[in-house]
Amino acid sequence: MSAMTIASRAAIAGIGATEFSKESGRSELRLAVEACLDAIEDAGISPSDVDGMVTYSSDTNPDIDIARALGIGELTFFSRVHFGGGAATATILQAAMAVATGVATHVLCYRAFNERSGSRFGSGVQNRPNIPTAENAQFAWYAPFGLLTPAQWVAMFTRRYMHQYGATSEDLGRVAVVARDFAATNPRAWFYGKPISLEDHQASRWITEPLRLLDCCQESDGGQAILVTSVERARDLAHPPAVIRAVAQGSGDKQDMMTSYYRDNIAGLPEMGLVARQLWGMSGLVPTDIDVAILYDAFTPFVLMQLEDLGFCPQGEAKDYIAEGHIGRGGDMPINTHGGQLGEAYIHGMNGVAEGTRQVRGTSVNQVEGSEHVMVTSGTGVPTSAMILGVDG
Amino acid sequence: MRPLRPRPAITPDIAFFFEGAKEEKLLIQRCTNCKELRHPPLPSCPSCLSFDWDTVEASGRGTVYSFVVNHYPQVAAFDYPLAVALIELEEGTRLVSQIIDADAEDVYVGMAVEVVFIMCDEELTLPMFRPVRRRHSHLWGEEE
Repeated sequence: MSAMTIASRAAIAGIGATEFSKESGRSELRLAVEACLDAIEDAGISPSDVDGMVTYSSDTNPDIDIARALGIGELTFFSRVHFGGGAATATILQAAMAVATGVATHVLCYRAFNERSGSRFGSGVQNRPNIPTAENAQFAWYAPFGLLTPAQWVAMFTRRYMHQYGATSEDLGRVAVVARDFAATNPRAWFYGKPISLEDHQASRWITEPLRLLDCCQESDGGQAILVTSVERARDLAHPPAVIRAVAQGSGDKQDMMTSYYRDNIAGLPEMGLVARQLWGMSGLVPTDIDVAILYDAFTPFVLMQLEDLGFCPQGEAKDYIAEGHIGRGGDMPINTHGGQLGEAYIHGMNGVAEGTRQVRGTSVNQVEGSEHVMVTSGTGVPTSAMILGVDG
Repeated sequence: MRPLRPRPAITPDIAFFFEGAKEEKLLIQRCTNCKELRHPPLPSCPSCLSFDWDTVEASGRGTVYSFVVNHYPQVAAFDYPLAVALIELEEGTRLVSQIIDADAEDVYVGMAVEVVFIMCDEELTLPMFRPVRRRHSHLWGEEE
């Protein structure tokens, strides 16, 4: 065992969630507690076994509140990760490092919110306070001009990408069609039983050109929790370990939060490229080794750019790669088999971590036969993270 | 009365831009040591690490590097469809601004634009951009 690597040191041993809805009817804290308890029970441990907790800095549910609610007791590790959905698999990195160094033994990672019935991300920063901090000041370059929402920030990258590479609205739409196809056969998905056609996508209204309604993920209420422990410990627990073969974060050159518009080339996600280089180096795997990929799909265009920056196809050629059928049902590299955030729910990427785990366990409702290596990525256009899960042994 | 546009949060690092706009000047931050221009502003120069800076007044001419046309959600301070562009200035820096005096459907990547200062309310004047109106000679379509 190499002393200086996080590769294959930790594993996901438990996954837990609430239902995914548009109006949960209960507090965000209760959603977090329910999801965490579900993950603890899925792993087959007791709340008092948990000694570490990690969430997003954008989560409203303090670790210590959940610890009190579940009688977890003492914690030796607690941490929060910034940059919205970019934190999804970064929470797993935090947990894996804690486990690998002996700082903690069982770490809960969680995300829970009423993101549809409560504070809606889609409405953007129109009412953001103008207290003069650097974090608020970055919106000074956008909000007064009417560039207010995540969809609008993403659309700016998208137009340039389409201009440079000749991608069309239909090329974006094919991502949504795949997601909704998988969601249609996932009973947990909001869009269960509701597939769409490319024509439906093309007929959907503009939100912010060049993005249509069906290029944008949902807003959802719900919670998702993940239990991380050492590979050795996971072998003694309820499910076969989903081994964390590699996990990494990345913030690129000239990085902004959602508005990295000042790089020489904005038709890509170099921060995800940085993450990918680490994952391939850490795992010794190559893109053709990946059987399933859970790619963060808040908006369809960033799925195209991820396919390129992760190395699944050359720059600018994702539209062709997608049109060739690789990413859909029956393809050789299906993506977002839970339906993605477009089809299942928007839980800030954490539900994708659960689906990656199910694919390694062999328990997905849209199970890809013989899947051994699953990639899971996090929020796009922000400092981000990703991981590769693998079967044990 | 129409609701005001969202207020910028203004730190000492970026105040010059909005103060300049009130005087109808489009200012770009410049490192006084290595002369590199930068936008959005930063307290230090990423190239030479100098904290010393001044500003230069941009010509106000640029091209549309990318753009969006916003339809939803509709915020009462703005008219929709709303064209917002990433503009590459002649000087080489980029900034985001609104495109005015043009139908949103006529905006395109590469479009030549020029700055216009719009007083949105008593507190806020913003540099916005309109298509460059080319002057024509008596021969139709031939540029002077």
